[in-house]
Amino acid sequence: MSSITINGQTHGLPQDPRTTLLDFMHQHLQLFGAKKGCDHGQCGACTVLVDGERMNACLLLTFQLAGKSIVTIEGLASDDELHPLQQAFIDNDAFQCGFCTSGQICSGVALKSELEKNRPSTLWFDPDYTKTEDVKERLSGNLCRCGAYPHIIDAVSICTDEQEA
Amino acid sequence: MSAKTYSDSYNIGDPANRVDGHLKVQGKARYAGENLFDAPTLVGWILGAKVASGTLTQIDTSKAQAQEGVQAVITYQNSPDQTPFGQPEDMGRFGQSRAMLNDTRIRYAGFPIALVVADTLEQARYAARLIDYTIEPGPISLLRAPEEADVVPEDIDGGYEADAGTGDIDSALANGTRLDVHYTTPNQVSAAMEPHTSIAYYDGDTLTVHSSVQVLASAVDCLSSTFNLPAEKIRVKSPYVGGGFGSKLGLHNDAILACIGSLLLQRPVKVAMSRRQVFHNAPHRGMSHQQMALSASDDGAIHGVQHHSSMPMAKDYAFAEGTGVAARINYKANAIDSQHRVKVVDSPMIDSVRAPGDAIGSLAFESAVDELCRAINMDPVTFRRNNIAPVHPLTGADFSTNNLDRCLDEGAKAFGWEDRQYRQSGTKKNGFGVSVGMRMNIIVPSQAKITVDSKGQFTVHTDMTDIGTGTYTILTQIVAQHFGVPAHCITIDLGDSDSPASSGSGGSFGASSSGTAVLNACEALAARLSELAGLAQGNELVQFDGEQVRFGEGDTQQTHNLSELLRNAGEPAQDSLSAQGEVKPDEDHDKYAQYSCAAHFAEVSVDTVTGEVRVIRQHGAFSAGRILNHKTAGSQLKGGMVWGTSYALFEDLQQDPRDGSFVNCDFAEYHFAVNRDIGELSLDIIEEPDYKACKLGSKGIGELGITGSGAAIANAVFDATGVRVRDFPITPDKVMAGL
Repeated sequence: MSSITINGQTHGLPQDPRTTLLDFMHQHLQLFGAKKGCDHGQCGACTVLVDGERMNACLLLTFQLAGKSIVTIEGLASDDELHPLQQAFIDNDAFQCGFCTSGQICSGVALKSELEKNRPSTLWFDPDYTKTEDVKERLSGNLCRCGAYPHIIDAVSICTDEQEA
Repeated sequence: MSAKTYSDSYNIGDPANRVDGHLKVQGKARYAGENLFDAPTLVGWILGAKVASGTLTQIDTSKAQAQEGVQAVITYQNSPDQTPFGQPEDMGRFGQSRAMLNDTRIRYAGFPIALVVADTLEQARYAARLIDYTIEPGPISLLRAPEEADVVPEDIDGGYEADAGTGDIDSALANGTRLDVHYTTPNQVSAAMEPHTSIAYYDGDTLTVHSSVQVLASAVDCLSSTFNLPAEKIRVKSPYVGGGFGSKLGLHNDAILACIGSLLLQRPVKVAMSRRQVFHNAPHRGMSHQQMALSASDDGAIHGVQHHSSMPMAKDYAFAEGTGVAARINYKANAIDSQHRVKVVDSPMIDSVRAPGDAIGSLAFESAVDELCRAINMDPVTFRRNNIAPVHPLTGADFSTNNLDRCLDEGAKAFGWEDRQYRQSGTKKNGFGVSVGMRMNIIVPSQAKITVDSKGQFTVHTDMTDIGTGTYTILTQIVAQHFGVPAHCITIDLGDSDSPASSGSGGSFGASSSGTAVLNACEALAARLSELAGLAQGNELVQFDGEQVRFGEGDTQQTHNLSELLRNAGEPAQDSLSAQGEVKPDEDHDKYAQYSCAAHFAEVSVDTVTGEVRVIRQHGAFSAGRILNHKTAGSQLKGGMVWGTSYALFEDLQQDPRDGSFVNCDFAEYHFAVNRDIGELSLDIIEEPDYKACKLGSKGIGELGITGSGAAIANAVFDATGVRVRDFPITPDKVMAGL
């Protein structure tokens, strides 16, 4: 199989084997929702869902993704409607400049399913473990230089609270 | 923009959602590097020098040139003519030439020596590795000890004198309990999430540049200076900026290099700094030595404040940070002596990072003040409360407003300062800290144009930017309230240099400056409409209801049809009406000391075995005039508090003394606060409109949150452990050394 699916659309793989998923989306598809904040897997601004798992698009070579299904921020909801987490980001003012926001939201969406699957975080072995700390830990791969962190936690709580209930 | 409706109220002050929120949460806001021209965009990659000083003696680009997809390899040998860097002198630092690839001199580590332009990023990046070059290294000047800084800067940022003071400092310091301390603060980078990125397209006539920049008018000047092009042939666009924090006040190497590529090839050329390149190709805050002597009486009155700052200044770039401004304004004293010295060094650009002067000065100075409180055994909130300056300590000018006392009182109450509880849990101890911040308020000349069409749709044009501050939203609120129209009837068009010139974003002056210009434009439009309705031009309340316009209130109220009014406006009939507004600093800015103020409180937990500091909570009490939007203002203030924590505990851009390069140029090695580093954040706003600051009554908040917040953390670390780290950041190794 020599194609990948991004937001429901099938695309042929790029010729150049050096092309990361992030650069493929930017250069070949003009799909700019996932952002390049570091290109090193250190900031999370390019977070996308690969078969439902959150991954840094800058660390994935596109040719390795044949047959995979990718969802980016553009694919979370239809044009007219927002994903509940997108609306929660607006309502909680969980961003300022907006550059990390796509990655934060994709991370938040994946976080919900990770909690549902009872995936451990490194914090589960900490004697001072609390649920809030755990959510913060899980979102610490997504940097926000504007410092919107507390509001991001507020917004993401619509995912984590549902999980609790 | 997709269909937008806002159910919330958008009057001034309302905690309304951002109007650009829908675009941003869908990844649809177009940042600089995401714009497309009709022609395909070529991609440029920067090759940087590895040493901080020297001469490029040989460069061979032939291998790179021969690679597939490579369109050009540009060096000083084939770059277009440019004005030398820093010329003309009278243009101000953001309007001067920022020439690149213009000669063989290496000005700093990472300094671009070639640009490879290719069809794809992969091709350009690979080809750049094949360039063979030789640099004859020169001697490297760095600031290795405070006494090496012996140059008196012409002035310091903010337009202040390098040296300032009042009273007899020697006798003041001889009186009471005296403290002598030396603090150092680290190099810091803004590290906006969006690396500096530009796409330039020169079509043979006009140069269009999409860039990530905070101030557009000076960006046009800069390109005009650099390339000797008339300003009217240059257009810069920057409607969305992925964070700036001072690092995008001016254009940087990405913009100049993209223009060089496009001028040569007459194709769109994109240059995005890689994250590693940002550390050298964009500005940073210099490290500082701050030598302080403070004295106070046993009953808690400050006698003397001496603050001597030593910092590096980048070669060819006269920016000196006002490290001493906190010492000059925070408290009254019998004598104050503030001095700034610099050493010219071979360094990447040193320039503004969020709250220049205030952030760096308050971190060290408010820590030293805490030491003084301890020395005389006085509660640090009471001590600060007792020493609040009734007038500007140096100039004697009255404050336009000053609510520092209420910030301290109400902040302490909300935080629970009096009832703070000390705990020990295993090896962890908690502690509490306080500090204050005063941040100067300024207005920068700003213009705006407002247009209403026959359907009652408003559009505002100004070259102002929204760097995450919420400009789109607050300008919407100003228009919404003035004309009584819902937000969806208003379009705010920002970030286009073809629009009337504004202050741009920076120095916490953006909201008040651009907001007042828009308010004045609204008033001018209302006056013109009144005139068209045959009413006396003046103070009519003009409210819109769809295509109907209501003038005045009560018995004398009149309603007119908008289309009819526009028809009266001229021959031939017009389908829209525009008005301009502007603002400049007025005499109240000279006459009064204008500051916003803050009291910061923090609780931390310190592991007394590992030395790790965890922030439990931060509370800030702020006063910054009238708040234009309580939601976005709160976000900015909290963001500033996060910066303060990050600056106090983590951030440290380290320089290799051998070659002057920075060694930790990525986000694994240059750590700034992540989500889990931040505890609970809360704030109080003590709101008192300051109409001496501007007609809106607002004052700057963008830099207020960071001013003082780091010192509250540092003081809490001491409170928990008895360890005073005077070399920021307070990393575990330094805490452990003191335990």
